Amino acid sequence: MNFGSIPLTYYLVLSAALFTMGALGVLIRRNALIIFMSVELMLNAANLAFVAFARQYGVFTGQLFVFFVMTVAAAEVAVGLALIVAIFRTKHSIDVDQMSSLKG
Amino acid sequence: MTTILPILPELLLLALGILILTLDPFLKKDEARRPFLGWFTVASLLAALTVSLLLARPAGAALAFGGMIRFDWLGFLFKMFFLFAAAVTALLFMDADKLNRRAEAYFLLVAAALGMCLMASAADLVMLYLAIETTSIPLYILAGFLKTDDKSTESGFKYMLFGALTSAVLLYGFSLVYGFTGKTNLYELGLHFSNFNIVAIGVTFLILAGLAFKVSLFPFHFWAPDVYEGAPTPVAGFLSTASKAAGFAVLIRLFTAVFPVLNADWSLILAILATLTMTVGNLIALTQKSVKRMLAYSSIAHAGYAMIGVVAFSELGMASVVFYLIAYALTNLLAFGIVGIVGRAAGSDEFSAYNGLSRRSAGLGLAALVAFLSLAGMPPFVGFVSKFFVFAAAVQSGWVWLAIVGVLNSIVGLYYYLNVLKAVYLYRMENEDEDRHPVPVSRPAAIALVILVAGILLIGTLFGPWFGLATRAAAALF
Repeated sequence: MNFGSIPLTYYLVLSAALFTMGALGVLIRRNALIIFMSVELMLNAANLAFVAFARQYGVFTGQLFVFFVMTVAAAEVAVGLALIVAIFRTKHSIDVDQMSSLKG
Repeated sequence: MTTILPILPELLLLALGILILTLDPFLKKDEARRPFLGWFTVASLLAALTVSLLLARPAGAALAFGGMIRFDWLGFLFKMFFLFAAAVTALLFMDADKLNRRAEAYFLLVAAALGMCLMASAADLVMLYLAIETTSIPLYILAGFLKTDDKSTESGFKYMLFGALTSAVLLYGFSLVYGFTGKTNLYELGLHFSNFNIVAIGVTFLILAGLAFKVSLFPFHFWAPDVYEGAPTPVAGFLSTASKAAGFAVLIRLFTAVFPVLNADWSLILAILATLTMTVGNLIALTQKSVKRMLAYSSIAHAGYAMIGVVAFSELGMASVVFYLIAYALTNLLAFGIVGIVGRAAGSDEFSAYNGLSRRSAGLGLAALVAFLSLAGMPPFVGFVSKFFVFAAAVQSGWVWLAIVGVLNSIVGLYYYLNVLKAVYLYRMENEDEDRHPVPVSRPAAIALVILVAGILLIGTLFGPWFGLATRAAAALF
């Protein structure tokens, strides 16, 4: 099967669908871990778009961008999980609705 | 040597960060020598500032490192300013419990400053994304640094959550920009965005949303009060000043380089955003009981004032934004410094904690006078001159109504700033025994406050040369 024949549009539609799912996940879900997974989904939607465009133009910048995004995402998750652990220790819950000690 | 000049400040910051972490194990056992870390960081940051000022001044505007960064006066001015703000924040760190003895806190501060320097000079989408993340990730950790404190972890987590979300939106915007042009360099992108179409609008909205979060523009401002309130006070000061300035540096570079033609249609949207940002920030600030939270809302309002200069979109407008950010940062660092000292002495950030402050510590009362009158935009402090330039730029570009909205908002702001001063100067403590409750000001904090007060008075009265620098930075944009 020749993957080269898949039109760019398909990739972009998939990418947009992933991005929307991720955004909805962030907005609707209340579990901090699931929210982080949804953010990752959004980043990967952008990655997919980058790779698809890079193939379309035949230049490597898009592919390079994806490497950096993956590295940054890993760093972000490391920090995010550490913060979730710290929150769990003080609040014994990672439900974002419980995080309401700051308001006014 | 000439090839590394464009990133000399960043290289020095990197070396400093590594040095701090290397020194840390040697001091681990010796508690008495821990304050050395703070002094070392401050001294090194000031040394880096001096070296960069002497050696790394840009001659003109040129792309460097394969087009990744632009070596120009805008980036240079912001970099010098970030080094200064980091040094002052390090001084304030030394006064904050749990931050002052941890090498990690200083390292994260330096790392965030490094990211900001790159943000100010990034000329490529790849570099821009990495710079924004290099700034944000250390700041997430710093906001949640007090890990046994309920409020601090929640602040760090909220900042992280909204930050990650908006940077994903920003990144998606970047991927579409790349898709429609095939380029990632900002100065090449500009050519492709010369005709106005629906795609450009969508992409610009995504990118604007990402950057609006960084500078806390309405409707992406909601994170700021929670994060500032929960974060350690010096960190909140750094977040509300340097981080905001870095966001604005990116914003004005993007808008002048990539979307110059779109601007005619965007100005109105930005003007409405500026109006809403100022008004929402000021009105909610009126109802606050905590000075720290009030300052958070006031910092949202100040993002709105700075935005007026962006809307004006002239050379004067951009110069006034740069000048405004520097003026505002000096003032707000001072205000947060005072909040930190009072918060530590009184254990509270409520307005009532400030009662009789001028009798408890005359110097601190005077610093509060300078900080809050400057925030309110009173002459001869720098807040007045900076507001004047921003409004002048708006009027010059024909945005008279926006300037009027700005002036009206300043009046609202005056009320809540003076409320603080009322507590400081007119109110007494409960038993009128201020003599028995002195507010201790440690030496590093005193140095920081003196430097900031001097800066506010100096730039506020002799603003000519400083505005000249801002004009030079703005000229690099057009």
